[in-house]
Amino acid sequence: MEAHAHDADSIRRQTRIYVAVFGALAVLTLVTVTVSYLHLSTPMAILVALVIASIKGSLVAAYFMHLISERKAIYGILILTVVFFAVLMSTPSLSAWNQRMLR
Amino acid sequence: MDIPYTVEPRPDTGVFNAKLGIWLFLASEVMLFGALFSSYILLRTGAPAWPHGRDEGLSVPLATLNTLILISSSVTMVMSWASLKLNEFKKYRLYMGLTILCGLGFMVIKSIEYSHKFETHHFPKTNTFLAIYFTLTGLHGLHVLGGMIVNGYFWGPGAKLFKKDPERFANRIEVAGLYWHFVDLVWIFLFPTLYLL
Amino acid sequence: MTALVDERLAHGHGHEAHEELSFLRKYVFSQDHKVIGIQYGFTALTFLLYGFSLMMMMRWQLAYPGQPIPFIGRFLSQGAAAGGIMLPEFYNQLGAMHGTIMVFLGIVPLAVGAFGNYVVPLQIGAPDMAFPKLNMASYWMYFLGGVTMLGSFFLPGGAAQSGWTSYPPLSDIAPPGQTAWLFGMLFLIISSLLGATNFITTIVQLRAPGMTWMRLPFFVWAQLVTSFLLLLAFPALQAAAVLQMMDRLAGTSFFLPSGLIVSGQAIANTGGGNPLLWQHLFWFLAHPEVYVLILPAFGIVAEVIANNTRKPLWGYRSMVYATVFLGFMSFIVWAHHMFMTGMGTVMSTFFQTTTMIISIPSVVILTALVISLWGGSIRFTTPMLFALGFLPMFAIGGLTGLPLGLAPTDIHLHDTMYVIGHFHYVVAPGTIFAMFAGIYYWFPKITGRKMSDVLGRIHFWLSFVFINGIFMPMFIVGLAGVSRRLYDGGQQYAHAQGVLHWNVFMSISAWCLALSQIPFIWNLFWSIKKGVKVGSNPWEATTLEWSAAPSPPIAHGNFPHLPTVVRGPYDYSVPGAATDFTPQGQEA
Repeated sequence: MEAHAHDADSIRRQTRIYVAVFGALAVLTLVTVTVSYLHLSTPMAILVALVIASIKGSLVAAYFMHLISERKAIYGILILTVVFFAVLMSTPSLSAWNQRMLR
Repeated sequence: MDIPYTVEPRPDTGVFNAKLGIWLFLASEVMLFGALFSSYILLRTGAPAWPHGRDEGLSVPLATLNTLILISSSVTMVMSWASLKLNEFKKYRLYMGLTILCGLGFMVIKSIEYSHKFETHHFPKTNTFLAIYFTLTGLHGLHVLGGMIVNGYFWGPGAKLFKKDPERFANRIEVAGLYWHFVDLVWIFLFPTLYLL
Repeated sequence: MTALVDERLAHGHGHEAHEELSFLRKYVFSQDHKVIGIQYGFTALTFLLYGFSLMMMMRWQLAYPGQPIPFIGRFLSQGAAAGGIMLPEFYNQLGAMHGTIMVFLGIVPLAVGAFGNYVVPLQIGAPDMAFPKLNMASYWMYFLGGVTMLGSFFLPGGAAQSGWTSYPPLSDIAPPGQTAWLFGMLFLIISSLLGATNFITTIVQLRAPGMTWMRLPFFVWAQLVTSFLLLLAFPALQAAAVLQMMDRLAGTSFFLPSGLIVSGQAIANTGGGNPLLWQHLFWFLAHPEVYVLILPAFGIVAEVIANNTRKPLWGYRSMVYATVFLGFMSFIVWAHHMFMTGMGTVMSTFFQTTTMIISIPSVVILTALVISLWGGSIRFTTPMLFALGFLPMFAIGGLTGLPLGLAPTDIHLHDTMYVIGHFHYVVAPGTIFAMFAGIYYWFPKITGRKMSDVLGRIHFWLSFVFINGIFMPMFIVGLAGVSRRLYDGGQQYAHAQGVLHWNVFMSISAWCLALSQIPFIWNLFWSIKKGVKVGSNPWEATTLEWSAAPSPPIAHGNFPHLPTVVRGPYDYSVPGAATDFTPQGQEA
């Protein structure tokens, strides 16, 4: 069974979605640039920028990369990756924060 | 000798082989860029002071343009796949050509940015910010280049497969598309991190 | 040429006519997993021998510091061994390259590239790997990486010499051989990533009909988890290698702290970097890497034990869950290699806890293998000797790891010879013994002939004795406080004087171990042409590679008819069956 239908009508419907996603991505890009000129505090700026980037990234992944109609096999790999990605991202910095020597 | 599920998906997993393969490869790429982002975080939090991108000569307008170019290329890429599924080869060629052009545009703007920086004596060795900036964008740029080469092959000599086995060819474009979207995805995070924060 | 298009497989894509391939396409740039497996095998064994030779030179220096090296001394360059006497810089090169070559050019390519490539498609009932071209690319990237690593010895200043761990700041400022090491690692990492993608896709997608997850031979599970480790952990080292290259070639300071003084002079780089960043990224790979080294070994031992006890593996399900859990945990223990870096108590506690937890699945697997022996009709074939030898050796290796995983004891033992003893027990009489078991076990499948049992037994017993002779004293020497990577073996230190004599004992054991490999090398090559001919299933095994494919398997497609699986992998001594083994593809 295909993960997403491939008949002509559904492809054309998907095409409309692609264009809509493009619009959303373009708008979000302009939003994130505009917000950067607002001089928010650094933690706030990071949070907002990452949230917007995550939304944009999710749109690309879900619609352009067809994740939204993909099955368990792919999801499983991605969830596993995300967990280790989180570990890789967080631990060096947490470790530095917890370091005894240099304080 | 035929290897099963090269074209039609395996029933219980719902994917054909190359699709699983490319997602696995992309998982490793997530870890690669993740390691570099992690390095960025460690270096930035450990630094007494961290410059704003603008103070190091980074151009937000140019990078914003590049972001829009890359997003457009993602749309044209998926449209080229959709055209193949609808059996419209000429449209496929058009959209794939646009994708390659967008990639070229991205690289051109990137070289303008880089050469401007070198002219104003902003090198990777100048400070830690520029070091990680050049490394991250450089590696990303190499990935864009790689994608362009693959896409170029599929636009040109590789397109012959469409006549022999259209479904297999469409699958290849879908797989190439997944890679290309990922490269776009990395930039979506790179852009705010380096230019805006 | 046998037509192999099974009805289930015909997709209407046209079965390409089989023109005879050129010698180059058939044996050099082959896309056949069996040929590639053999290529990996011979290349890896050569590198293992080479890495072993480097160590034997080091052992001369350790036993007789300052004495000219016999035989080889005169052939070494003056920069390496002035007057045949090993220079410290050369000792460091040998040390760094011994580790690098054994781990990355020897064990992993043998365990995964050779055994994995050859056996996995056969055991799951597939005609080949999912991506044959990618498979070929993997091998040649490995070859390229290997050539780069070997060539680095000839660069000015010699090969990499900052340990296989390449810690900055030292590695950042080391001679050009270090840059070659970085490039070599990049090639090897790409090879592994392509290979891992191939393995996972093959195991997920190409299992024969009826081959459910819980009917997979344990060897395949081991390879699957191993591939996930390679896929998700190697990129961290790739990133680190890129950063170190930037430091060395572009003058950045990712790993160079501010104010670094080298030989009385401040370095030119701007600083602001963090040497610990390298350690985090390196060990994020290198810890899962050690499980990459051991899991295929578990897999081979499991196959050989099931076959030579004539009964199913005890606790197959537990072993599978333990392996998956082990793989997951391996990603969150890495900083136990960094207890001495000024880590705070929160981090230290976290990593000690995860390290203690990860010992549990290893024990589960080892226990299941030992219990599998109970009540079995044990056949002491050569593969079985090595598999049995593996068990207590791995146990010693594992147990000696516990004081290293606990920070208080690690303070005393870190960077001593104790560590060298610990990890060598796991990898040398551990993994390498399992590799030997695999070679003796699958040789008949690959060649259609058996290796000599007599030579095999001599090989086993001599190796077993001498390998313990090398590594057991290391615990004594390490506990006395002698550091690793000392080019004179600890001569200059007062606390080492009482244990220095062990160096001679260990070195002689090493040279005797080398001689003990001669029966094996002779046996391997002689048996290819002159070994006793056997049929497709000389071991009377149940798994598909034995029961459904000839020896050697059919060049294109492996099986005369693609098998359907109807039972588990180890149906030995099924009550009521005519023979004491029931193959996986066979109905009652």
